Amino acid sequence: MSLPKPVMRGLLGRRLRFHLPVAFTLALTAAIAFKYTVTEPRKQAYADFYKQYDAVKEFNAMREAGVFQSARPTGE
Amino acid sequence: MLRLTAGRVGSLLTRRATAALSTSSARMASHEVSETVDMSQPLYWDRLDTPLPDRPFKDIVSAADKSLKQKEKGPWSQLTKEEKIALYRLMFCQTYAEMKKPSSEWKTVMGGIFIFLGFTGLVVWWQSIYVYPPRPRTFDPEWQAKQVKRMLDMRVNPVEGFAGKWDYEKGQWK
Repeated sequence: MSLPKPVMRGLLGRRLRFHLPVAFTLALTAAIAFKYTVTEPRKQAYADFYKQYDAVKEFNAMREAGVFQSARPTGE
Repeated sequence: MLRLTAGRVGSLLTRRATAALSTSSARMASHEVSETVDMSQPLYWDRLDTPLPDRPFKDIVSAADKSLKQKEKGPWSQLTKEEKIALYRLMFCQTYAEMKKPSSEWKTVMGGIFIFLGFTGLVVWWQSIYVYPPRPRTFDPEWQAKQVKRMLDMRVNPVEGFAGKWDYEKGQWK
């Protein structure tokens, strides 16, 4: 019944030395993954949308549909 | 009543706090309904998170116990297995295994949860018949269709969202 004396000190330090690099790596990975799966495609989607965007055409389409109060459809 | 110190509050939660040290004379005099625990004396408890109580479980009274305690002062390798267990039972009421033993309380808890969920369902059903106001017209399918058309006309979220999924040339969803 003579067990070795268990480690009594430095337990928090040991835990931090292991878990902090893991935490930082995971956080960084999550940020990079989000950037390249969400924000970059979204920026590209906006760029592509506005490359072929005709504001006047869209306005006239919306006007004819009757959504504006100040610019009624051309028939009325 | 109870004079509490910060360290003793946890002991209030245990079901095992014995009343052995509460003053019996006070009980006879005041006709207390519940037995009071004298918090100024060292307490015994069975707790998983606080392993060493203030006092041992049993006070050593019999001659056999006294001789066992004397033998405990010597080398422990000379104690038999039964003596070691007897010494443990003098010091503690329950072992960790006995403290951790699972109970069937969860069945009662889940049963109570489901009973009350069921009763709530009945209440909601009754309310839907006798309490709710008439259904708003905005829930009708015709109104919903007109609402969708108006949202598409307004170009709601045309880049990545609602109107972005509608093909305006073909007049259908992409």
